[in-house]
Amino acid sequence: MAHVHGLRCRECGREYDIAPIFTCEWCFGPLEVAYDYEAIAAATSREKIAAGPLSIWRYADLLPTDRNPAVDLGAGFTPLVRADRLAAELGLGELWVKNDTVNPTNSFKDRVTSVALSKALEFGFKVAACASTGNLANAVAAHAAHAGLRSFVFIPADLEQGKVVATAVYGGNVVAIDGNYDAVNRLCAELAGTYPWAFVNVNVRTYYAEGSKTLAFETAEQLGWEVPDHIVVPIASGSLLTKIRKGFDELFTVGLLDAEPQLRVSGAQAAGCSPVATAWLEESDTIKPVKPDTIAKSLAIGNPADGYFALDAVRQTGGGLAAVSDEEVVDAMLLLARTEGIFAETAGGVTIATLKRLAQEGIVRPDERVVVYVTGHGLKTLDAVVGRAEPTAVIAPTLDAFHEAFPPDTMQD
Amino acid sequence: MAVTVRIPTQLRELAGGASEVSADGDTVASVLAGLETAHPGFKERLFDDGGQLRRFVNVFVADEDIRFLDGVDTPVTEGQTVSIVPAVAGG
Ligand SMILES: [Zn+2]
Repeated sequence: MAHVHGLRCRECGREYDIAPIFTCEWCFGPLEVAYDYEAIAAATSREKIAAGPLSIWRYADLLPTDRNPAVDLGAGFTPLVRADRLAAELGLGELWVKNDTVNPTNSFKDRVTSVALSKALEFGFKVAACASTGNLANAVAAHAAHAGLRSFVFIPADLEQGKVVATAVYGGNVVAIDGNYDAVNRLCAELAGTYPWAFVNVNVRTYYAEGSKTLAFETAEQLGWEVPDHIVVPIASGSLLTKIRKGFDELFTVGLLDAEPQLRVSGAQAAGCSPVATAWLEESDTIKPVKPDTIAKSLAIGNPADGYFALDAVRQTGGGLAAVSDEEVVDAMLLLARTEGIFAETAGGVTIATLKRLAQEGIVRPDERVVVYVTGHGLKTLDAVVGRAEPTAVIAPTLDAFHEAFPPDTMQD
Repeated sequence: MAVTVRIPTQLRELAGGASEVSADGDTVASVLAGLETAHPGFKERLFDDGGQLRRFVNVFVADEDIRFLDGVDTPVTEGQTVSIVPAVAGG
């Protein structure tokens, strides 16, 4: 059984019973799962976790579902890669890349979807749905297929072809909307009030978002139950950054860490969609929505629902934010691939480019243990690097042709 | 001037369960004030103690977020639709 009290409004504190609801009826603030941390502390231990499955479900005691795992394609427990070559290029010290490109549908959205659809089954829903910039569409279509649920996935019509195909292949309904993500999201908010469907990022969002905490749990476990000094996380809605920070705090609350986290949190946005970074740079308390224009479509949410909480996390912990250009994004995708062998989608390029900027500005420092979150695979956004990653040579199938292209006296061992 | 106001699930009880109501006004502010007069209770739900729209309340006029227009001073014209929509998270 999940160790949960109920739901609580993050704005006004009003409490609600467990139900497929996501906003406070009073103030429209987002609802959050409220846990019984004493019960979790009594139930969980490092040994129990170590004996669990190699997936997010090893942390079931800290997740809000009763039947674990109800919907499981093996999301989570992705590699934490020591990135010495990238660190050297950026003038940093101990740097790690949390490589979430290797999830079942190649993004971190498999984590949140696994939790959301498990909860949807508990509530008795028969149809899974979502508004998506692509990665969530992939994850919901795949997990719904695996769980035998019907699915309706709503995406902007101009999405990368790879993401459309990698959604449609699972056989659910893919609805392409003539509009940007914020328009898709709005339609889904209205549909969620009309049809009894489990919209993973609308009516079951409260549970869905909890799945992101597993990125913190895994990082700590993989570092020998220690917390990094500084993390860099991409911001779309702001939920991921907020929940990763919450995850580290929860580990301490339930006794899985020896010391209280002293974590600095930084956020990454693309210049073409940077409402949170803009508020930080302008020292404003208002996050003004924008109309996105960036190649990093999975981060192209102009009206970030959890933007205020992400901004608070950065301010409270002394982290930083940056808004990087599309050119920096592509350069950073190539840098990560060249130095560490990890091919990230454009959102990963945003994150690495932001890490580079923050390192140059001295906000991320060489004396810190840094973890950077790379959340989706580069094959999903191939177009971004077409023309920048090409064969070294095109030759006839002869030894002479090879020697001509690569003269023997220039070849090293 | 009569406009249509779309009411989100969370607030429909205030409007007798209706998903849409008619309201009078020539700006978002006056439409929402008219809504309060016709169906008391909306004001304290939509506005904070300082009289500002709550930060998780989104309002659209003819499908455009009023934060891209003139906020609550955004004009509305006969027959337009004003939508009240809670913020929703990313995908
Ligand atoms: Zn509230």
